[in-house]
Amino acid sequence: MDFTDDNRPNPDELLASLINEEEKSKRGKLKIFFGMCAGVGKTYTMLQTAQAEKLKGNEIIIGYVETHNRKETAELVKGFELIPRKTYDYKSTPVQEMDLDAIIARKPQIVLVDELAHTNAPGSRHAKRYQDVQEILENGINVYTSLNVQHLESRSETVAQITGIIIRETLPDEIFENADEVELVDLTPDELLQRLSEGKVYAPERSKLAIENFFRKGNITALREMALRIVADRVDKQLHDYMQLKRIKGPWKSGLHLLVAISYTQQSTKLLRWAKNLSYSMGASIQAIYVETMHDLTSKEREQLDKNITLAGQLGIKFRIITNSDVVKAIVDFAQKENVTHIIVGKPRAINVLSMLRLGNFVNRLIRYSGNIDVYILGSDSETKDKYKEKVSIPSFTSNFQQYLTVSLFVILASVVCYLIKDYAGYQVVSFGLLILVSILALFYGTGPILLAAALSALIWDYFFIPPQFTLHIGKPEDMLMLIMFFIIALLNGILTSRVRPQEKKIRVREERTHALYQLTRELTMISGIDEVSKIAIKYIQKYFNLDCAIILKNDSNQLDNQLNQDTKIKLSENELSIASWVYKHSAKAGKYTDTLPSTDYTFYPLTGNNDNMGVIAVEHGTVFTQGEEQFWEAFLSQISSKYEREFLRNTAKKAFILNESDKLYKTLFNSISHELRIPVATIIGAADTLLSQSYPEETKLKLYSEINTASIRLNQLIENLLNMSRLESGRITPRLDWCDINDLANKVVDNLKQELLPFRLYIVIPASMPLVQIDFGLIEQVLHNLVLNATQNAPVGTSIRLKFFHDNGFLTVQVMDRGAGFPNDDLQMVFNKFYRGKDAKAGGTGLGLSIVKGFIEAHNGTVIAENRQNGGAIFTIKIPVKSINHLETTK
Amino acid sequence: MNENILIIDDEVQIRRLLEITLSASGYKISEAATGKEGMTMAATRQPALIILDLGLPDADGLDILRKLREWYEKPILILSVRNSEEDIIKALDNGANDYLTKPFRTGELLARIRVAIRQSQGNSDNPILVFGSLIIDLANHTARKNNELIKLTSTEFSLLALLAKNEGRVLTHQYILKEVWGMGYVEQTQYLRVFIAQLRKKVEDEPTKPRLLNTESGIGYRFGY
Repeated sequence: MDFTDDNRPNPDELLASLINEEEKSKRGKLKIFFGMCAGVGKTYTMLQTAQAEKLKGNEIIIGYVETHNRKETAELVKGFELIPRKTYDYKSTPVQEMDLDAIIARKPQIVLVDELAHTNAPGSRHAKRYQDVQEILENGINVYTSLNVQHLESRSETVAQITGIIIRETLPDEIFENADEVELVDLTPDELLQRLSEGKVYAPERSKLAIENFFRKGNITALREMALRIVADRVDKQLHDYMQLKRIKGPWKSGLHLLVAISYTQQSTKLLRWAKNLSYSMGASIQAIYVETMHDLTSKEREQLDKNITLAGQLGIKFRIITNSDVVKAIVDFAQKENVTHIIVGKPRAINVLSMLRLGNFVNRLIRYSGNIDVYILGSDSETKDKYKEKVSIPSFTSNFQQYLTVSLFVILASVVCYLIKDYAGYQVVSFGLLILVSILALFYGTGPILLAAALSALIWDYFFIPPQFTLHIGKPEDMLMLIMFFIIALLNGILTSRVRPQEKKIRVREERTHALYQLTRELTMISGIDEVSKIAIKYIQKYFNLDCAIILKNDSNQLDNQLNQDTKIKLSENELSIASWVYKHSAKAGKYTDTLPSTDYTFYPLTGNNDNMGVIAVEHGTVFTQGEEQFWEAFLSQISSKYEREFLRNTAKKAFILNESDKLYKTLFNSISHELRIPVATIIGAADTLLSQSYPEETKLKLYSEINTASIRLNQLIENLLNMSRLESGRITPRLDWCDINDLANKVVDNLKQELLPFRLYIVIPASMPLVQIDFGLIEQVLHNLVLNATQNAPVGTSIRLKFFHDNGFLTVQVMDRGAGFPNDDLQMVFNKFYRGKDAKAGGTGLGLSIVKGFIEAHNGTVIAENRQNGGAIFTIKIPVKSINHLETTK
Repeated sequence: MNENILIIDDEVQIRRLLEITLSASGYKISEAATGKEGMTMAATRQPALIILDLGLPDADGLDILRKLREWYEKPILILSVRNSEEDIIKALDNGANDYLTKPFRTGELLARIRVAIRQSQGNSDNPILVFGSLIIDLANHTARKNNELIKLTSTEFSLLALLAKNEGRVLTHQYILKEVWGMGYVEQTQYLRVFIAQLRKKVEDEPTKPRLLNTESGIGYRFGY
């Protein structure tokens, strides 16, 4: 019934494997030389392989190789280019580490990096060498490296159990699983021991020590078995992947999904490792959940939980937190939703009779509800037992002394009041009063104080109220019964109520967070502009996390700008900015409280949008985030990032639009200009040519001269217009305002156009009261010139052209009217557009004149509109705000 | 006649056109293609007038103008493609006698040259200036039109006299304001506008089509020639 049991590849998995393949092909390939322990010859084999590759012509360099002063190994190193190591000062001792940047800059085909599980010196970019290797791979460089089985996270504990040595340098299993190639370097235990005793691995005196401690034959055999097994599992998995990819029908082991439910105890680390191993051998996918209940975690428990979650990540186990007061229901619901086939839980430990009942219930219920899902229950070992016990201090009882005192006082006070009214109400009613008090107290205090309140009020009731009074003795059996009932009800009431409270608190926190996210999203949708987004982001982070932050965004060329948002108090050093750009490039957090570059005051988080990183946010943490806070924080950042992404996209779209528009404009310009330029030039060339080639009568010559003249004037006009247009477009038109006599202006315009105006009747209307006004004489002259010229070009000969000026309320209004055909009504909005030409426009215009008019008027903060006159013709109305001064005032 | 005119312009075509036009009108022509060459020729040939382009390959025309003006007192006429008011005013303020923008009408150029040369030679001592029906008596501070005395305030007369004495030459607003009203008034163009309008009514035949007091848009005024 589970469809994944079907013998067909699941499309999702197929897709995932394809994506995996594709991503891997861009990355460098990782080859691991894998061995059971030191001394089996991993480095040696790696170098040998490298020699062979080099002979094939591949470019191989050594990034970091440790020869351990072994002669044969040192011999093999010769002939390879060596990247010099980088020296760090660690507590005034120089420590040498691999130079990551140098390797990436050198960009060879293959680089050799020994000891994958190595821990870097503090101050290095990454805490661990495998992180360095990841970065090298991301840069498309292939890596050869070496690794021992004990360094695998999932095996380290087993190794510790076998050998008694705690392994500190561990490596997430994921790295090993995702390696492109694993070569097992194997020796039989006897051979290894022989090599050891021959001093081929360590110096003789050290060898002896080593053989006694670590290299005992039993140990070696166990480690070897483990190593062989891992490699065999890997081969299985590869085969499986291969079959999946090639759609080979076969025994699909997979379709098995494991779910590990972990808790906040140390036991969970074992659970996780064990489950991981199981998933290996079963070829199953695996994920983990933690069910958050109303149980309030102590800081120690929280710390352990965080550790467990981190471990899950290191083991490559997908992790989720689910909130539900019913753990069993949460696990089963989740398992069913995710098509889980096996649930793995730890065996709960009972502390007392009550919890034993409860826990037994847990297991029973899990088995009952899980239906056809298999349930594995893993036992806990003695080592973790004590720690477990220590951790399960009952938190609800931790209410402090003051609370007990307050509760007692309340009970006593209430008893006194009850004592005063007992004659009216009767001692039985008193019990209800006390019961109510206990219930009310339960709303405010923990289980401990409530137990006390219940017990105290029962005692008081018995002693002071139940007859015979002032004895604990109870006369009537029904009173006895009532007392017992009283106590039970008080207790239940108190406990139930106090159980509701933490859950309520949790829900409240959750609600607050949801609300905060909602508020943020809402406010983000209401604004636009990148700077605004930054402002909102900073405001909200300050409000809900109480953190100062700095935002560094990418620029147009998708590089991180070294520009912080303006209103931040944070100043980043050169070094910190480079951390930011690392974060931006790798989409992973870095800085304080992380594994990468932790020696700084800030933590850097990438602002990751759907497709790309938008930038980096730097935060000054006082304390590290808890798991819940981290999730909340990530949700916050994701909202902010996607808003940034939208803004960036919008900007890009806007730019594309402008580009498109200008492209269109360019084409129109090109067509219009080439035509308009060629006609007069053709006339000039033609006429001049004629004049040069033959002698004509004087009359003909004069006609040709006049043609050349007209064409030149037309050409000049066009150039004038183009220059004005480009001045306008470059935004370099700033009117030089100066006092201007309107009469002067009108006369000048008319004078310049006297030839064109000859066939028309011209009327100029200027009121006698027209003051001097402040305008740019030259620009307005050009405006009127264009408008009057336009009228002469569009109106029939013999009609009238009117030029009317008036001044009113701080505005100068100019109207230019003609009796031409006017404009089609649909065109009225467009006449000022560049290259607009009326349908019946005469040849010789570029369609620039009116848009220049508009530009010059707008430079004066004025408006210009085109309308059709009632009895035919066009009317242009210009309105400009002006300062004015009267002639009379001036002469005084 | 036969005055020597120096043309400083890097465009061959413009030089050729000027050479043809000016030679035909009886001037002797010297040509220089760079500012440096122009400076040398101005010193050696002692031209009666220099036609200077502002866009020269080796120097800014304005610099050449300033350097020439340190010792050269004859008229300098600017002939340039730069047509912004700022450029024109700057050139006039730096001692150019006149300014013509390319493209230009040769007729106009010749007229400007004639006026400039006449002015530089003419004896400004003559207190009586005659422009058709308008007679200005500088000594007695009177003006007559059609033999009738025109009523002029002293400021109006100063303005008229200043423009008339510089007949044919563009005077910038600032220059006129400084000369007639004084240094403190160079920004008060409104005075100039009003007085010019009043003067036009008194001296022009048709005040709406002025022939004597011509407006140079955004730059200043030129007394008719």
